[in-house]
Amino acid sequence: MTQSKRSFRSRCGLLSAIVLLGFSTGCATTGGDSRDPFEGFNRSIYGFNQAIDESVLKPVSKAYKDALPQIVQSGVRNFFSNIADIFISVNNLLQGKVIDAATDGMRFAVNTTIGGLGVLDWASEMGFEKHNEDFGQTFGRWGVGDGPYFVWPLFGSSTARDSVGRLLDIRVDPVRNHAPVAARNAMTLTRVIGMRADLLDASRILEEAALDKYVFERDAYLQRRRNLIYDGSPPRTSARANPAEQPVSESSVPAEPEFKQAALDAPAAASESGSAMLSASAGEGLKNVDAR
Amino acid sequence: MSMQGSRMWVAFGATVAGILFSFAAIAQDVLPDVLVKTVTLEVIEIIGKDKDIQSGNQKKIVDLVEAKVLPHFNFSAMTRLAVATNWDKSTPDQKKQLTEEFKTLLVRTYSSALSVYREQKFDFRPLRAKPTDTDVTVQVRIAQGGREPVTLDYDMEKTPSGWKAYDVRVGGVSLVANYRTEFANEIRANGIDGLIKGLAAKNKGPAPKVEKK
Repeated sequence: MTQSKRSFRSRCGLLSAIVLLGFSTGCATTGGDSRDPFEGFNRSIYGFNQAIDESVLKPVSKAYKDALPQIVQSGVRNFFSNIADIFISVNNLLQGKVIDAATDGMRFAVNTTIGGLGVLDWASEMGFEKHNEDFGQTFGRWGVGDGPYFVWPLFGSSTARDSVGRLLDIRVDPVRNHAPVAARNAMTLTRVIGMRADLLDASRILEEAALDKYVFERDAYLQRRRNLIYDGSPPRTSARANPAEQPVSESSVPAEPEFKQAALDAPAAASESGSAMLSASAGEGLKNVDAR
Repeated sequence: MSMQGSRMWVAFGATVAGILFSFAAIAQDVLPDVLVKTVTLEVIEIIGKDKDIQSGNQKKIVDLVEAKVLPHFNFSAMTRLAVATNWDKSTPDQKKQLTEEFKTLLVRTYSSALSVYREQKFDFRPLRAKPTDTDVTVQVRIAQGGREPVTLDYDMEKTPSGWKAYDVRVGGVSLVANYRTEFANEIRANGIDGLIKGLAAKNKGPAPKVEKK
């Protein structure tokens, strides 16, 4: 316990050093985006994360991906996915989605038993669909807005709301709470490497698609979180809130119905209370080196 | 030319026109969800059989996307929506260049995404729309073990030459919306010509690599 306390303290020390460094170097530039008031600071943390990723995490994940057979990799993925189903179920319950919560519970029961401690995902084969939930999404569902966008060292994209959610996710994480220290560290490491390996393709696509990776990733995170909070069908109504953002219609193209606007205005609508819950890394889409 | 000959030519012309017209009619009549399914499966099948593409021939996959997928996208609408308010401030020539460069960028991105997802299981969701709708969303889900499926949503509108996609949302992330901020920033900093240059430079960069499986 003392050991873990000490390591926690030294970790905090490292983090605050990084944060100070960020403030001293990064605050000069801001793009003036109302969703991202700390852009200068965030960009410097983003740069730090990129450097760590390029020098350590990405090469290690590549080696992991090349060295291990597919079946081992999917076993690792499934194992952690199964553990995560416990709190996905809890979050679905907190959001009042009883049937989804029950499905998650069934998934955990099936996969833990006949799936060999979660290594095989039989539940998906049986039609129990995997969900994506966390505390940040639950708060969003309850009406809590995004708050400002943040990039955290190592954890990457977040918002004020999602940061609190993430702290809770980590707090209740079964791997963290119920495994012996050595096993816990090994498992956390494996989990992070496995997740990064799964995102190698996606981060390459990001690399190709983006003019400014920081902006691309931020906007994708915010869109993605909004989409997750609404389980894939966000409301399409905020469209006409900001007339300046209306696309210009041309004679050759029919007038836009409202819902087209809604999709396009997601980034611009942060000023609205309803859509203030926009929030960032396109989970399976973009690089999201998190330890969830 | 004799009278008879020219009458024959007229008949021939009418037949050709008729055939072309009926093709156009078929293209128009194909429902958007059927179109997405047909095109996706066809492209995936070609990739599955093509050893060159599988071993990382990026040019070939780009050609394939240009031949099979590109005709079903409305790039001028996509560009207009992504450039948003700055579109009106652009000259016709700038509009043309923006559309051309954005198209190239999207084709490249789409091609490498395709090579990633080619081995996954595609689930084409039934279309939820009225027959009279002219603007619909076609939903595709890509299953991946141990994680929730990736959603691919194609926003499509009906045009005289069939249904055309004007946005793709991957996992809820709209491509057009995502480029909006980037484009706006670039235009604020370097003007419309700056954005065109930026896109062109990006497109001239090294061809994207396909990771070997």
